[in-house]
Amino acid sequence: MAKDRYDLGQVQMKTSAGRRGDMKAAEKPKDFKSSWKMVLRYSRRYFPLVAAGVICAVLSVVLTLFGPDTLRQITDLITAGMKSGNMDKERIVALSVRIMIIYGIGALITYAESWSMTTYSARLTQTMRREISRKLNRIPLSRADSSSFGDLLSRVTNDIDTLNVALDRTVAEMVAAVITFAGCAFMMLITDLRLALWSIGSSLLGFAAMRRIIRISQPYFIKRSVYLGRLNGHIEEMYAGHIIVKAYNGEEESKKTFDGINELLYEANWKSQFLSGMMMPIMEFVSNLGYVAVCVFGAWMVSRGETSFGVIVAFIVYVKLFTQPLTQVAEGTTSLQTAAAASERIFQFLREEEMEDESGKIADCGGMGAGEVVFDHVSFGYTPDKKVIRDFSFTVPPASHVAIVGPTGAGKTTLVNLLMRFYELDSGRILIGGRDTSAMTREAVHDLFCMVLQDTWLFNGSVRDNLAFGKKGVTDEEIKKACRAAGIHRFIESLPQGYDTLLTDDSNMSAGQRQLMTIARAMIADAPFLILDEATSSVDTRTEQQVQEAMNRLTEGRTSFTIAHRLSTIRDADVIIVMRDGDIAETGSHEELLKAGGFYAELWNSQFNEGAAI
Amino acid sequence: MIRLFKKMTRSQALYALGVVIFISLQVVFELTVPDYMSEITIKVNTPGSTVGDIFASGRMMLLFSLLAFAASVLSRYFSARLAASFSQHLRKLIFDKVETFSMEEIDRFSTASLITRSTNDCTQIQNIMSRAFNQLVRVPITAGYAFYKISTRYWQWLAFTAASISLLIALLIFLIIYAHPRFRRMQGYTDRLNEVTRENMTGMRVIRAYNAEDYEEEKFDRANLELTMNALQARRAMGLMQPVTRFINNELNVGIYCIGAFLIASAGAAEQLVIFSEMVVFSTYAARIVRAFMGLNMIFNMIPRASVAAERINAILDTEPKIADGPALMETKERGSLEFRNVSFTYPGAAAPALSDVSFTAEPGRTVAFIGATGSGKTTLVDLVMRFFDAGEGEVLVDGRNVKDYPLEELRDKIGYASQQAVLFTGTVRSNVSYSEEDIEEDVRRAVRIAQAEDFVNGMPEGIDSPVNRGGTNVSGGQKQRLSIARAIYQRPEFYIFDDSFSALDYKTDRALRSALKRETAGVTTLIVAQRIGTIRDADRIIVLDEGRVAGQGTHDELMRSCTVYREIARTQLSQEDL
Repeated sequence: MAKDRYDLGQVQMKTSAGRRGDMKAAEKPKDFKSSWKMVLRYSRRYFPLVAAGVICAVLSVVLTLFGPDTLRQITDLITAGMKSGNMDKERIVALSVRIMIIYGIGALITYAESWSMTTYSARLTQTMRREISRKLNRIPLSRADSSSFGDLLSRVTNDIDTLNVALDRTVAEMVAAVITFAGCAFMMLITDLRLALWSIGSSLLGFAAMRRIIRISQPYFIKRSVYLGRLNGHIEEMYAGHIIVKAYNGEEESKKTFDGINELLYEANWKSQFLSGMMMPIMEFVSNLGYVAVCVFGAWMVSRGETSFGVIVAFIVYVKLFTQPLTQVAEGTTSLQTAAAASERIFQFLREEEMEDESGKIADCGGMGAGEVVFDHVSFGYTPDKKVIRDFSFTVPPASHVAIVGPTGAGKTTLVNLLMRFYELDSGRILIGGRDTSAMTREAVHDLFCMVLQDTWLFNGSVRDNLAFGKKGVTDEEIKKACRAAGIHRFIESLPQGYDTLLTDDSNMSAGQRQLMTIARAMIADAPFLILDEATSSVDTRTEQQVQEAMNRLTEGRTSFTIAHRLSTIRDADVIIVMRDGDIAETGSHEELLKAGGFYAELWNSQFNEGAAI
Repeated sequence: MIRLFKKMTRSQALYALGVVIFISLQVVFELTVPDYMSEITIKVNTPGSTVGDIFASGRMMLLFSLLAFAASVLSRYFSARLAASFSQHLRKLIFDKVETFSMEEIDRFSTASLITRSTNDCTQIQNIMSRAFNQLVRVPITAGYAFYKISTRYWQWLAFTAASISLLIALLIFLIIYAHPRFRRMQGYTDRLNEVTRENMTGMRVIRAYNAEDYEEEKFDRANLELTMNALQARRAMGLMQPVTRFINNELNVGIYCIGAFLIASAGAAEQLVIFSEMVVFSTYAARIVRAFMGLNMIFNMIPRASVAAERINAILDTEPKIADGPALMETKERGSLEFRNVSFTYPGAAAPALSDVSFTAEPGRTVAFIGATGSGKTTLVDLVMRFFDAGEGEVLVDGRNVKDYPLEELRDKIGYASQQAVLFTGTVRSNVSYSEEDIEEDVRRAVRIAQAEDFVNGMPEGIDSPVNRGGTNVSGGQKQRLSIARAIYQRPEFYIFDDSFSALDYKTDRALRSALKRETAGVTTLIVAQRIGTIRDADRIIVLDEGRVAGQGTHDELMRSCTVYREIARTQLSQEDL
């Protein structure tokens, strides 16, 4: 049966990527200026590209501004020719050719601008993405385990796309828009003052109207994204819980909720869309208004001999050029703001505290065998006010098997977290083979351990890559040997491409087979110490036996720490550490603990108690 | 896609009609404005025309500008209504459809895909309705009307305009062939990158334990590079659009004037003024045509994506759930009896049957347990009772009637069901326990008490009114299971079905819960799927399943004697002296 039926977490990851396109409401950054300053500082490497982009943007605008003026000259030559009956054709052709060449150069320069800005933004975001992935490997696990971190990460990936688009288009567009605006105004003013005032006046009027509409439509956009989020949330929840909706005849209730949100969304949807859709007609109207103003007043002035007809023709083009940047600036400001908010989160992420630098520590413990492990007055708490482990001292003899038991949520993984230095001790020391782990680099500590976790984490990639997992120079023979020992070799051979088969989310592997893969991975890593999260709850009984055998083979000759979920499997352990409510309750061998009659004995007996019947 | 649009309601069709009418009006009004410019041009250059004449034409220009504006606003109003209303309608159609699906259909599409179809794909369709539909109407009308307006005697102008537009079309074709597919591929590359990031996040412990950071970083860099290169190619190509269109627009303008100069020079004095005014207007129209063609770029970019979305939505709407209500029935005489008669079941597309020839009975008030390896058919078996799937051969009888004869609602009302993975909904403890039933506080408390959830629920800040987050993320796995069991108890059903619902409970709670159930809800027939022998060893009847077949049935002691599969399971779980 499809196992993703319930897998809400995965589902949410998949859809969150698609949802970003709908959030049109502009977010306000906390500090617009400083976030853009940061972006600029990041862009230093790409300075030549940015500079080229901006210079090209300016140049292309300046070249465009020649156009209308040439058009004016041509028109005036034509009208003069009409009056005199002697058209200066050569001059007209010469002028036309000249301006076409200028337009051609202008187009090339504009493309150069867009090329450099595209390259710059793509490369910058590539760098940022890379830094985020590096960051992920340097933050302490204590931070990564907090729920807010996952949210931040998934938002940041979207934020980078937002920033990418803003840098690619908006920045150069804004520069060009401002220059076009100023340049047009200047050209109009020197060509004809009165006509210029008419056209500028009518355009500004339109701009003011547009600003208003943006302000009015904002709340609808916000509402829209809120309702859309709510509706999608409801859909996700109902689909993921479909089996329960069906089992309890909850369809009507679920539809009612859906219809309610859907109606709200409809209202917000059409209103926000209508209001933002008003921008275009208004701009068109403004543009037309300018056109009419130029035509009528220009004609009036021509008839009085105050200006030439060529000026009108030139102004028709100027008015078109002049109204465009207004829209661009309005849209660009929103986009820059959203991008600033996005980059704020990106930098917040990149500023996350990292693990301490360990370049001075012992980096290589090669050749260390399965030595002694000493917990020396260890104290630890996930939060400063609540100590989980208080002054714990204990010595694990070389090559012995330690089992950690306790009810769910008792903090069994805490000890593993400390051993692996995923978390740092508050006080005390852990010594491995006589060496203080805090004097070694984390990598050196990790090299001493191999790990099999309850979460049978495999990544999308080939079976071989999953098994060798980063270890350099592993031969095929070693891999096959480990797989034979883990009892998974035959299964892998039966896959369509054997060891080269690509594993994907929907690969048809049972939980047991995944577990065996991770055991084989641990065998290949071949470290003297072993951590086993003995997770067989999702494995059926037959595979479980297989897994158990493979685990037993893996523990041979290693010092092992086993997090046990079933007591029956660990009675032979050399030492059992019993955890309760995040605390270490007892330690000792199975017999000692039973004799002591404490919490362990209680757990052990409740397992097989026949008292109640069902 | 057209098939999807046929699902439009009458009012949406009217909105669409409104869009078409007002866009046409807008185009006509807008293109009338330059006509008056032509009038003005003639008046200005005709000696003897007064200022009043010019202003009269000016007033007409203003009037048509206003009319165009009004038509444009109205067309946008209708288009906003249309897009919002159609997407609302579509979302509802999809959601209501999915709510009728049985688990077979859900599994076929997969939950993740159904969610994408109901959310993203609907948004895609809404976008195409709001933007591309407008363009789709506007482009042919503008181009056609503008061409009609400029069809003059002077082929030189037309030829020049046509040549410029073919350049534009060449660019469009290049973008459609080269850039658009790359833009579409972008999502795939982004997904791949997000996947690597997600892997890094979920596998952080393993990655650090194996010092595989470099390996993961390399993998990330590869995905990052692929994405970047694809984006660069797509965006660089798209970057051609603005300079090329602007160039065409400009040179068209100059070219028309230049050609005009020759035409005027060769014409008679009387003709000159007419040609001149035609020239000024012609250039305005030509610019409109260029703009209209640029709108095509957007349409060609959106249509492939939208039609994929439309196909995916159609696939849902076309699916008829296999499992339907049976005919309404008279009250059954028996209460709480269940029988499987030679039941076989094969999942669609599967080679081997999941259940073959399963027969057993459960008497009212008794407990029947199912045990066996993963994939042995335990969950499938209880799913057949719930009619999440229908048995292929044989009969499943509840209270003496075939389950297929019940209306689904009636059948499921008889059963309190707790699924393999506990499902909690956003709301409160209370709303989850009393889910889809009338909310009676006393009963909620009773159900919570029997399900051994009282302690932790009382420990929550607001007791049974404490909020439950989406997906129940604020309660632990064991607590989730107990609440979902409480939901089953709240229904006061004839049957309980607990599909491995005790797995996250420790032995003590497991036992306490079972004895509370026995004590307080006596008479309810209980079906338990379990992995742990401890959970089921006291059942009245244990059915051992092995690869879809019944390998043995009886009590614990009987099975220990007679059933090798059962003994094997027991041996792995119980210590020697227990056996």
